[in-house]
Amino acid sequence: MNTLTDFLTNEILCEKIEDIKGNFIIYCSPEQWIEMMSSFKSNKFFVFDYMYCLTCVDLKDSLEMNYFLRATSTLDEIQIKVKLDKSNPKIETASLHWDTADILEREVYDLFGVFFSNHPNLKRIILPEDFEGFPLRKDFVDPINLIKL
Amino acid sequence: MYQTKDILLSPDQHQDGYTVINIGPQHPSTHGVLNLVVTLDGEIIKDVQPNLGFIHRSIEKMSESLSYRQFIYVTSRMDYLSSHINNHACCLCVEQGLEIEIPKRGQYIRMIMDELTRVSSHLLWWGAQSMDLGAFTPYFYAFRERDMITDIFEKNCGARLTMNYMVPGGVMWDVQSDFMDDIKKFIKQYQSRVHEYHDLVTYNFIFQKRMQHIGIISKEDAISFGCSGPVARGSNFRCDIRKSYPYELYSSLDFNESLETSGDCFSRYLVRIKEIDESIKIIEALMADFPEGDFQAKTKAVLKLPKGEFYQKVETARGEFGVYIVSDGGATPYRIKYRSPGLSNLSILNKISQGAKIGDLIAILGTLDLVIPDIDR
Repeated sequence: MNTLTDFLTNEILCEKIEDIKGNFIIYCSPEQWIEMMSSFKSNKFFVFDYMYCLTCVDLKDSLEMNYFLRATSTLDEIQIKVKLDKSNPKIETASLHWDTADILEREVYDLFGVFFSNHPNLKRIILPEDFEGFPLRKDFVDPINLIKL
Repeated sequence: MYQTKDILLSPDQHQDGYTVINIGPQHPSTHGVLNLVVTLDGEIIKDVQPNLGFIHRSIEKMSESLSYRQFIYVTSRMDYLSSHINNHACCLCVEQGLEIEIPKRGQYIRMIMDELTRVSSHLLWWGAQSMDLGAFTPYFYAFRERDMITDIFEKNCGARLTMNYMVPGGVMWDVQSDFMDDIKKFIKQYQSRVHEYHDLVTYNFIFQKRMQHIGIISKEDAISFGCSGPVARGSNFRCDIRKSYPYELYSSLDFNESLETSGDCFSRYLVRIKEIDESIKIIEALMADFPEGDFQAKTKAVLKLPKGEFYQKVETARGEFGVYIVSDGGATPYRIKYRSPGLSNLSILNKISQGAKIGDLIAILGTLDLVIPDIDR
């Protein structure tokens, strides 16, 4: 267990690991993500304790969650991609392991409509409560053509 | 945005008999349009729920229909106090995709501008924080020095707040001939007057009493809540991107990461004051060997990033700012995400202000140094 590559290939259960110039990208399913979260926090070699970014990308036929994690002791960084079904996007919350995910997931919930199960406080954060639609999705139609130039 | 049922809660509606008051959105101490729903037991804070979205302009969606040259300028409007550094992050991200080599002079100008921005942002914060705590004079002291920096920006970039000076490949145009003299004049004036800052505020007993031992962030919380910048460094968490993931020429520079251990409001204050000195040290080192040559690399008129993903992070005055670009090979980005330092720093507010007095909330909120357009985007 010396390098991050060994750790990721031996300890982490996922679909695919990509290494692009030292940046590790891990592809996994929503079920594998639940297991992965606890192994990232509880192992003693690479503790990925700092979540520096969390976002979602609309890939037209599906939604893709992106988690950016950093190990503050070794400064290693990884990116996790989880594909979600667009008709019913649902994923386990990360806010029980990283407190910052609480507010970041609320933003994704508001703008993409991804539902985070077991989230302590899943409410809209940016848009008003009567707003309809998810503006950052690609199929969002802007009724008064305010955003699109 | 606020939920009507949260915001309208009178004391008799609350089951424990607590008082619910709203601070903001139009309140000077929130430094912008932020609404805080504060639940109070007498004078003790039980819960603080921030409501955002009053200045949401959907910058991320807007950027999807702007070209790779245009979207950079929208980011000046996010964290308007470190607009140079925001532009810098976007330029670096585009350059990472295009694999452009920046001329040395361009890099030096960018770094000097970055550090001047950091100084001016911290000076403004210093004045505003003192004003939040009831002292009016420091505000004018800070603005006296800050105006010298904004004058430098105006002379070289044409704007005082939203600069739009950096372009992919370097900077838009070369600096003016008296750029060096202006900076030297500023450094001389700042260093001759910095003792006034300390006499008036730092060593002031009343000020210290209002800042010490309140709003304490532990190192574990700072990591878990994703804090960055002076907020996290006040809790002894090493997170300076210039040190840990150096960009431009920061790896070759000799400067210290300002750290404090106690994690209270006063240590966050000290970190920022120390950072001003470090920034001035960096500016002086850069000015000593300011190179001649080109200030901009040659780039195509229409930029197209290759298919893929690019992430670039920089250290702004408020913390780690990240740009995440997903490109589909077209002339406009497919998706852009801005990792704003303010949003993560705001999320810790509820945790650290519980148990504090309502008066202390203003000091805590001030030392988090929030810029609301950066949070709402």
